[in-house]
Amino acid sequence: MTVALEAGPRARTARNGANPPMGGDNVLEARALHVYYGAFRAIENVTLPIARNRITAFIGPSGCGKSTMLRAFNRMNDLVPTARVEGDIVYRGQSIYAPGVDPVEVRRHIGMVFQKPNPFPKSIYDNVAWGARINGFRGTRRELDDLVEAALVQAALWDEVHDKLDQSGLSLSGGQQQRLCIARAIAVKPDVILMDEPCSALDPIATLRIEDLMQQLKERYTILIVTHNMQQAARASDYTAFFNMGDRRQGYLVEFGPTPELFTNPKDPRTEDYITGRFG
Amino acid sequence: MTALAPGSIGLATSDAARQVARRHRVGRAGLAVFQLSTIVGIVVLGALLYNIANEAAGLVAYEHKTDPAAVLPGGRDLAALSAPELAAVLTANLSPGEVATLEREAPLAERSQAELRRLVDERVLETHAAAAWNLTDSVLDRPAIEATVAERHPDADLRLTSWLSPAFVTAPQSGDAEYAGIRTAILGSLWVIVITMAVAVPVGVAAGIYLEEYADHTRWLNRAIQTNISNLAGVPSIIYGMLGLAVFVRALEPLSSGGAFGAADPTTANGRTILSAGLTMALLILPLIIINAQEAIRAVPSSLREASFGLGATRWQTIRHHVLPGALPGILTGTILAMSRAIGETAPLIVVGMSTYITFDPSSPFDKFTTLPGQIYQWTARPQPEFHHIAAAASVVLLVLLVALNASAIYGRNRAQVRY
Repeated sequence: MTVALEAGPRARTARNGANPPMGGDNVLEARALHVYYGAFRAIENVTLPIARNRITAFIGPSGCGKSTMLRAFNRMNDLVPTARVEGDIVYRGQSIYAPGVDPVEVRRHIGMVFQKPNPFPKSIYDNVAWGARINGFRGTRRELDDLVEAALVQAALWDEVHDKLDQSGLSLSGGQQQRLCIARAIAVKPDVILMDEPCSALDPIATLRIEDLMQQLKERYTILIVTHNMQQAARASDYTAFFNMGDRRQGYLVEFGPTPELFTNPKDPRTEDYITGRFG
Repeated sequence: MTALAPGSIGLATSDAARQVARRHRVGRAGLAVFQLSTIVGIVVLGALLYNIANEAAGLVAYEHKTDPAAVLPGGRDLAALSAPELAAVLTANLSPGEVATLEREAPLAERSQAELRRLVDERVLETHAAAAWNLTDSVLDRPAIEATVAERHPDADLRLTSWLSPAFVTAPQSGDAEYAGIRTAILGSLWVIVITMAVAVPVGVAAGIYLEEYADHTRWLNRAIQTNISNLAGVPSIIYGMLGLAVFVRALEPLSSGGAFGAADPTTANGRTILSAGLTMALLILPLIIINAQEAIRAVPSSLREASFGLGATRWQTIRHHVLPGALPGILTGTILAMSRAIGETAPLIVVGMSTYITFDPSSPFDKFTTLPGQIYQWTARPQPEFHHIAAAASVVLLVLLVALNASAIYGRNRAQVRY
């Protein structure tokens, strides 16, 4: 995949800053990131590497800024008029907050799946095809059909919907809708998929299916997932970042590491308190 | 509230049971108020329709200047004559010049019996209404009316007449209530409403999109604009008439009269044209359409916008493919309401200079015009009672026109609403 993001002056200074703690194979990296809503600081000084083809989970108590942090990675926060960012996020060596970088292009590479399944009020086919169409898909109908099928197969939904592609996306069950949203995100061939509590509106069986799906998807994509559910993070992720809320309600990163290590041998007492259920 | 004591459920004497009974009584009183309000509404609507229908038909005593027996062949009744016979009556009794004029408009041989009958009535017999009664009196009090007619108008025909007739809808204006029609007013209303909607809907929806989807609500200027639009929606329509008079009729006269396009109507030496009226009306309903479009756009769930942005869609793609289709039914509903308002408005058009006596069909935006409500207003203001009857008949047409336009708009909205 070619990346046409421009590297601005800020990106260069950021690259000269702290060394990425995880070595070279990071797709994304937050560097000394602060996110503000107006005067309110929602995220304070987070430096976090995201490893390629791995699942990184964000956990932490409600209101600690996990979703804000996730949305900083594809500039979804730009849609909030008062939101503002300091520091940087580097995507494959290029700052996504540098002047001249188009957030539309960032989101083209870094897709997103939301908390509540939100298929478009269109047919299953059009839900998947729409992203490709608006991104200037220049292929035949047959090629588009193949693209839709491939995305639905990858999202483990094809077997359930192949004979009703013209039905409404809203006619599916909640778990199917969420997999449709994943297929929709995949269809534009992203590099990274952000998942904002994708299972919180689903029953346990649908949740497990999504978790299985994530394991297959990480072969091709890098996945970031926000979850309320610590078991989910422990089961499904390779790395875990634990966020907490400070005394001014600002979110900050407490601890980051490989998931088994963080859950079995937390270095920070606050992490231990949280994962043993003492608060949160 | 008292705590529910164990074992008290189902006992009529318990506190809880009394509480429940009281709450049900309050609920029933509320229901009674709602039902009563609905009944009041229905009664008022019924009274309105009754009032219009009551005036739109009834007994009419017709007097003729020329005795029918003297001119109609064999002393037969007018209604019994065939079209060729009526044409013969016309050629025999009118001057050659008058006949030639009528032949030029449409050959007499090709005109319908009803049309020729009306011409004979108007030109030869010179029939006019000497007295008219409303429908209720005509039905309940017929002997008394007959006695009155026999006493005061011994030569008059007493006929049960509907003032609303095909001829009334298709005839142009006339100084005689019996022969006046509303064709020019209907055409004027349609012209004005078409221009109004053609201007107000695109501008209003576009402004609504800008204010909802693009404008930064935290900025002072945008908030001020928003507040002003809301206030404009409540400005009395006559004020818009003043604005239209000053801007479209006077300041922009070369444009609104069509002079700048070389299309000026020679009978219209100023800007009192359909175009001025349509633009004035567009200003009047613009705030309604903007506010409504904003509400419809706001009702589109933000999760859809996020989904779209998350796929790398631009703001315009998001609006074009998700926000507008989702908001369309709501936008159309507001458009229907605004159109109903515009069709019924009279005051601003009077200020803008609506002519009320128009005998020719408006054929371009630069023509003088009259509208249905303007015509109704003008007729009700006349002292002769016959004009009140045709005003009622015109009201029926106005209501029918309104229902027809609304029905087609609702049909269009329901088609737009076909979504998964």
